[in-house]
Amino acid sequence: MFRQSTFRTVLIALTLFLGTYFTLPTILGPDSMKKIADVLPSALVPTKSVKLGLDLQGGVHVMLEADKVGLMRDLVRQLQEDVRRVLRTERVAPTGGIVAQQRGVSLRVPDTAQRAKVLPKLQELATPVANAVIGNTGQRSLEVVDLGDGLIQLAVTDAEINERVRRATDQSIEIFRKRIDPDGVKEPSIQRQGLERIVVQVPGAKNSKEITDVLQPGKLEFRMVAEPGAAPNEIETLQYREEEGGGAIQVERRVLVQGEDLTSAEPGFDQRTSEPVVNFRFNVKGAQAFAKVTTENVGKPFAIILDNKVISAPRIISPITQGQGQISGRFTVEAANKLSILLRSGALPASFTLVEERTVGPGLGRDSIAAATVASAVSAGAIAVFTLATYGVLGGIALVALALNVVLIFACMSLIGSTLTLPGIAGIVLTMAVAVDSNVLIYERIREEQMAGRSAISALDAGFTRALATVLDANITGFLAHAILYFVGSGPVKGFAVTTCIGIATTIFTAFTLTRVMVAFWYKTFKPKVVPI
Amino acid sequence: MKLLRFIPDHTNFGFMRFRRVSFPFSALASIVAVVAFLMFGMNVGIDFKGGTVVEMQAKADKFDAHSIRETVHKLNLGEVEVQEFGTGRDVLLRVGLQPGGDKAQNEVVVKLRSVFEDKFEFRRVEVVGPRVSEELVQNGIIGVLLALLAILIYLWFRYEWEFAVGATIATMHDLVLTVGFFAITQIQFDQTSIASILTIIGYSVNDTVVVYDRIRELLRKYKKIPISEILDLSMNTTLSRTVITSMTTIIALIALAIFGGEVIRGFCLSMLFGVVIGTYSSIFIAAPILIYLGVRVGEGTASSAAKAETAST
Repeated sequence: MFRQSTFRTVLIALTLFLGTYFTLPTILGPDSMKKIADVLPSALVPTKSVKLGLDLQGGVHVMLEADKVGLMRDLVRQLQEDVRRVLRTERVAPTGGIVAQQRGVSLRVPDTAQRAKVLPKLQELATPVANAVIGNTGQRSLEVVDLGDGLIQLAVTDAEINERVRRATDQSIEIFRKRIDPDGVKEPSIQRQGLERIVVQVPGAKNSKEITDVLQPGKLEFRMVAEPGAAPNEIETLQYREEEGGGAIQVERRVLVQGEDLTSAEPGFDQRTSEPVVNFRFNVKGAQAFAKVTTENVGKPFAIILDNKVISAPRIISPITQGQGQISGRFTVEAANKLSILLRSGALPASFTLVEERTVGPGLGRDSIAAATVASAVSAGAIAVFTLATYGVLGGIALVALALNVVLIFACMSLIGSTLTLPGIAGIVLTMAVAVDSNVLIYERIREEQMAGRSAISALDAGFTRALATVLDANITGFLAHAILYFVGSGPVKGFAVTTCIGIATTIFTAFTLTRVMVAFWYKTFKPKVVPI
Repeated sequence: MKLLRFIPDHTNFGFMRFRRVSFPFSALASIVAVVAFLMFGMNVGIDFKGGTVVEMQAKADKFDAHSIRETVHKLNLGEVEVQEFGTGRDVLLRVGLQPGGDKAQNEVVVKLRSVFEDKFEFRRVEVVGPRVSEELVQNGIIGVLLALLAILIYLWFRYEWEFAVGATIATMHDLVLTVGFFAITQIQFDQTSIASILTIIGYSVNDTVVVYDRIRELLRKYKKIPISEILDLSMNTTLSRTVITSMTTIIALIALAIFGGEVIRGFCLSMLFGVVIGTYSSIFIAAPILIYLGVRVGEGTASSAAKAETAST
C-alpha cells in the first residue's frame, strides 16, 4: 500500500515548482523581476506579488460616505421643478402649491377634470430605472398615487434612490482619483463599498489631511456682480474666501457659466504681475455663453465663485471670445496648483463625510515589520527545535513540508494579489503551529500502530491512512471559523483570515502529499525495522 | 538520538474520575468570568465604541506627560486618556466619541495635530465614527454566532448529535472564560479580539474533534467495554498529540507576544489564554460530558439494528 504513484510524485513536483515560481516576485521584488523579464519572454515572468498592508508600509486608510439625505433633497427639488413644468404646460394651478416632502412631493388639484388631465402627464415623469450591471430593473423611478380628495402624491422609489446614490458614488470615485493622484504615481486604491461608501487607501501618505482636502465639492461658477438697484430676490450675498481677506459681496443668483463647461485648467503665471494664476479653457457651449456675456457687459465686474465663496471679482476689460481665461486671487504656487487639479477633476455629485480613518506613520510600519520578522524567526526556530527533539528524522521531514507550506501560502497570496498585514503574519505563524499538528496527528498514529504490534511499513501506512479523516475534521472547523471572519472583519483582520484560510488548505495538501512522499523515500532508503518515534 | 517524550507510553490517567474535580472547577471559573464581566466590563476599543486613538512618539528623548494632559485638557475634547508606553518616548491618546456625528470626530485629529505636531511624530491615527462602530459591533456578534452555528452544523453532519452538543458546550465554556479573561486583564477589546475569539473557537473545536474521532473509532471497535473506559482510553491515546500540538502553538504565540510588538500583543495574549483553555476543555469537559449525553445508547441501537439486519438475511 505504501507505494507512490507516479501521478502523485508529478503532482507534488508541479506544485513545488509553481509555488516557487509564483512566489518569486514577492521574494525578489519588482526591480529584479524587470531584469528577468528583459531576458525571458515577458509572458513567462510572474508579476503579481504580495502587497504589504498599510499597517506595515504606512499610509492612510479612510472610509467616506456619500450624503444620502442631501442627494434625496436634490432629487426632490428636481422633482418639484418637473412637476411645476408639467402643470404650467397643462395650465393647471394646484391649491397650496407643490409641497416638498422627505421622499417626494404632493399637490392638491381639487377639480376632477383638471386632475384627470394632469395625472397621466405626471405618470410620464416616472422613467424606468436603469442599472449599469443588470440593465433595466423593471422598476420605475416614481410612484404616482391619487390619494383621493384631490391630493396627488409623487414618491421617489427605493430603486431610483439606490441607483442615484450608486451612480453618484461611482462618479465620485473617478473624481477622487483625479484629485488624489493627479500625476498617476501614488497608486491609491479607491473602491466603492456597499452603495454609498468609498474606501480610499493611499500608501505612503502621512496625514489624512492630504486626502480629506479632496472632499471639497469643487463647484465653480461665474456670475455677474449685482448692480445697485437689482431686485432683492435675484441677488444674494456671498463671502470672499479667507485667503482674499474675507468680506461680503452681492452677486446675481443667475449662473452664467459653470465649472462643468471647463475643458482644462492649468497653473501658470500672470504675464504682467508674475503672480501664480490658473489658466482655463471652456468647451464650445461655455465659450459661447462666456463670449455673449462679456460682450454685453464690458466694464462691469463679474464674480468667480468656488463652493459659494468668491475667489475674485474682476472687471471685464474687453469681450472674451476665445473661450479661455485666467483666475487670479493672491494664490501661492501650491494653491494655484491645487485649484487647477480641483477644477480639472470637476465637481462632486454628492457631498462626502469621513466616517473612519486609520493612518499608520512610516515609522510604526517599519517597526512593525522589524518586530514581525523577529517574532516569526523566533517562532519558526523554536518550532523547528521542538519538532526535531520530539520526532527526530520524521520531525525533519515535517519541517521540510512546513517550509514548502509557507512558500505555498505566499504563492497563493501572490496569485490572488492579497495583502499581508501584521495580524496576517501572526496568522502565518499560527498556521505553522497548526501545520505541525497535522504531522503530529499522523506521527502519533504511527507510534500507536507500532506499539500495537504492527511492522514499520504497516504502521506507516496505517498512520497516514487513519489520520486523514481526523486531520480533515480538525481543520475544516478552523477553516469555517476563519472564512466567516473574512466576511465580517475589515482591514488587517481580513488579512489574518486570508492567511489562516490559505494556510489550512496548504497544510492539508502538504501533510498528505509531500510528507508522505518524503517518509516513503526515507523508508525505502534506510529500510528501518522500527520507526524511530 | 534520544527523542523527547512528553507523555510516557501507556499512560493511563483517570480522566473520567477527574471530572469530579474539573466540572466544579469549570463551573466556578465560568461564574467568576461572568461576575468579572458584569463588574468590570470590557475595555472596549474605538472599533466598537467610536472615537479617536492617536499614537505619538516624542522627537526629543523624553516628554512631559503632565504637560500633554494640560494641553489636551485645553482642547476641550471631553475625557482623554493619556497613556505612556514602550520606550519612554511613546504616548497613546484615547479620545472619546465627540457629540455631533461623524464630522465632529474629524476635528479631534486636526486639533491634536495643531498642538502636538512640532514636538511629536504621529505614528498612528485611528478615527472611528459612531455609525461605523455600531456596524463593527453588529458584524462581530454576527461573526461569532455564525461561526458557532457553522461548526455545530458541520459536527452534526459528521457525528451523532451528542458529540455536536458536547463540543458546543465545551466551546461555550471557552467563550465565557475568554470573555472573563478580557474583563479581568482589561486587554483592549476590538476587531482583532473578535479574530482571536474565532481562532480560539476554531482551535478548541479542532482539539475536541481529534478526541471525538478517537472515541467514535473505539466505540465501534469495542462494543462491550463500558463507556467511561472507552472515554478514558481515547483521551489517554490522544493525550500525547494534544500536548505536543498545544506546545507548538503556545511556543509560536509566546514568541509573537514577546517580539511581535505592541500592536498585536493583546491579540496574541488572548489567543494564548484561549489555546490553554481550549486544550483543557476538550480533555476535561468535551469528552467526559458525553457520558451524561448518553452517547452509548445511540451507538447501541445502531449495532443492534445491524444485528437485526444480519439476522433477517
